[in-house]
Amino acid sequence: MKQQIMKILSNEKIAKDIMKMVLEGDTSSLTKPGQFINIKLSGKYLRRPISVCDYNENTITIIYKIVGVGTEQMAEMTAGDTLDVLNGLGNGFDTSLSGENPVLIGGGVGVPPMYGVCKELIKNGKRVKVILGFNSKDDVFYKEEFERLGAEVFITTADGSMGTKGFVTDVLKGLDYSYFFTCGPMPMFKAVEGVAKTSGQYSFEERMGCGFGACMGCSCKTKYGNKRICKDGPVLIREEIIW
Amino acid sequence: MVNTKVELCGITMDNPVVPASGTFGFGYEFAELYDINCLGTFSFKGTTKEPRFGNPTPRIAECEMGMINAVGLQNPGVDAVISTELPKLKACFNKPVMANVSGFSVEDYAYTCERLDSCEQIGWFEVNVSCPNVHGGGMSFGTSPEAAAEVTKAVKGVTTKPVIIKLSPNVTDIVSIAKACEEAGADGISMINTLLGMRIDLKTKKPVIANKMGGFSGPAIKPVALRMVYQVFEAVEIPIVGMGGISSAEDVIEMMLAGATAVEVGAANLVDPFACRDIINDLPRVMEKYGINSLKDIIGGAH
Repeated sequence: MKQQIMKILSNEKIAKDIMKMVLEGDTSSLTKPGQFINIKLSGKYLRRPISVCDYNENTITIIYKIVGVGTEQMAEMTAGDTLDVLNGLGNGFDTSLSGENPVLIGGGVGVPPMYGVCKELIKNGKRVKVILGFNSKDDVFYKEEFERLGAEVFITTADGSMGTKGFVTDVLKGLDYSYFFTCGPMPMFKAVEGVAKTSGQYSFEERMGCGFGACMGCSCKTKYGNKRICKDGPVLIREEIIW
Repeated sequence: MVNTKVELCGITMDNPVVPASGTFGFGYEFAELYDINCLGTFSFKGTTKEPRFGNPTPRIAECEMGMINAVGLQNPGVDAVISTELPKLKACFNKPVMANVSGFSVEDYAYTCERLDSCEQIGWFEVNVSCPNVHGGGMSFGTSPEAAAEVTKAVKGVTTKPVIIKLSPNVTDIVSIAKACEEAGADGISMINTLLGMRIDLKTKKPVIANKMGGFSGPAIKPVALRMVYQVFEAVEIPIVGMGGISSAEDVIEMMLAGATAVEVGAANLVDPFACRDIINDLPRVMEKYGINSLKDIIGGAH
């Protein structure tokens, strides 16, 4: 974990209420896809945990949804502004377990961390399928970005305005895959758990105090004992989760 | 050269800055970030007789200038604290640590303190009779002078180390409770625990926290904490460990002027993991700015 002031290189709208921000700074404490950063905003007491979509030697890309006063404030920031960031938090996904043809399942703001996973798996020579679930066509983002990495992409929308009408599990049911990685809302997780044919990893969300394991604010029970979503998670493996 | 040393219940501390229980775990995770031997000491995670998971989530809500928590004393239990946590701490912290203890009966408090009493790493006990997040325990002992005195006597009877009683602000008259603890043999008072509070989510129209209510902490409560420390300082002879919204070296000095011998820092650690290190580094500058040569000379200076 590192604390630093990062500079905003860009902050743009990419779908309805969805913003993409690129930050510049030291990214050496990020080691795996699925980790997150914790952002201090002026006038707000607690930091805002946001998952990392992508990173390289000196930039971090985050994609966030405008849902409250904190993300509204972030959406108004512009290139050149700076943010106080705690960097490299959480365990991230373990892509070494993927097998040869894994499937990635992202729902809404659960899509961004899947991008980093996809990039790493394709770099390691895996054949990757990606299912991205949204409510409607206006909510869809990052379809082309996943395709550009070389993944086979399936889109589902609840209203049928783009891709398959329905939910990610409507596509998942018909696919063959060696392993799965997923991030999204709890109802989607429960649906995935109901139909998944292999082992896999889920990235959870919880209200956090500190984001680095000190306050026990985001604890959950697992088959392997109590875990802190922020420090021992956010990624849990399918076999340890108590639903 | 300014002097930041203070003495708390017979133990000299390099400075009065103490991370508060529940915001610093058992120390070793912060030791990955900086050398925690710069601290005066710290108060470790509230420990109970049995392991506890605590309350359901969400346990955290943000507020203006503060936060609410309803963790509910999650801890691995006293046996695991002795066998696992304290040895891990020993590898990175060479000062006496403050052992924060909670219970659900007088016997619980005595049992846990007796078990910990033989651990040489422990310098003081901080006995929490004020947790607002656990039903049927904690705070109920801290809301009556008689019950607080009973816990104090029971713990004093089984320990050789200084016993500091941590009081709740959620009472009508904190002074009478502090006096009852002093009469029962307490070596010090620490105050204040969190203020009982709540937030409601406008989208769901329900409380944000699963436990509905929780403990409010952060800079917003500092004036309440200062007022209570000031009042208790006038009423008791034993030292006070002051806390409530402390986030800067200036806050530490203000709390000492109200009557605190040592000062705990809680919520600030969660926002900035380096908060205590930075406060300690900043103390000499602020002391010089306000013409303070020795911190121990300003305790209760506002009276």
